[in-house]
Amino acid sequence: MLYPTYTRRSDPFALMRSMLRDFDGTSPGRVTQPVFPAVNVWQGDEAVAITAELPGVDPADIDISVKENVLTLSGERKAPEIPEGARWHRNERGFGKFARSVRLPFVAAEDKVEARMTNGVIRIVIGRPEEDKPRRIEIKAA
Amino acid sequence: MTNDVTHTADKTPAETPETTTGRRIYRPLTDIVETADGVTLTLEMPGVAAEDVDITLEKRVLTIKGKVHATQPEKLQLAYSEYGEGDFERAFTMSDDFDPDKIGAQVSNGVLTLTLPRAAEAQPKKITVTAS
Repeated sequence: MLYPTYTRRSDPFALMRSMLRDFDGTSPGRVTQPVFPAVNVWQGDEAVAITAELPGVDPADIDISVKENVLTLSGERKAPEIPEGARWHRNERGFGKFARSVRLPFVAAEDKVEARMTNGVIRIVIGRPEEDKPRRIEIKAA
Repeated sequence: MTNDVTHTADKTPAETPETTTGRRIYRPLTDIVETADGVTLTLEMPGVAAEDVDITLEKRVLTIKGKVHATQPEKLQLAYSEYGEGDFERAFTMSDDFDPDKIGAQVSNGVLTLTLPRAAEAQPKKITVTAS
């Protein structure tokens, strides 16, 4: 590998850092992939929502449970049945059991959790309890 | 029970020119299985409804496009994100012996299944070479 003799004369360590970066595979910036399923968390005044992509998972195979402030999403991605004598050209999809827990910013009431699945994307909406909702504070004239 | 953790497969952007809106186009993860009757393709396209899938077969190139409906819940803002949302697109060069009129496509739970039966007349035609 060829390194430039000087890139920035004001920073004598620049070259050393750039060399180290070439060897270091775990430097920040290389983010590891999240645990399956990847989740997006949405927040608002009235509720918190969690969305996740679960393509090919039957809604009947998904289990959502809430215990205090921890929401757990678990289930199984069932492998398709392949007829005998078939030949794989590509196998990029993953299968098997999965579980993911998300800590909520409040204790969720069970009757305030609502889940809906459309086209392989699950959306779980958790209503905020009254005491957790933000309150507007009036400013009194002195 | 094992302690193995399954990671989400990388959602790689498709090798297409960039979009005007700046939204990403992703490459759907695909399983391809060949049997004696034909080839079956299974593509993961979460968020794509059956009517938003566009499949074309032109000059042996099978192109699959899927339009995603954004899942932003009303009145909520994204606070933490592990995956991106965007349309799906991928193309495959197929062998010649498929009947384009008999391609079957089905979407269920965000997974597109394509069945390509082999054409009946695809039996190889042998050309005999005569010595002159």
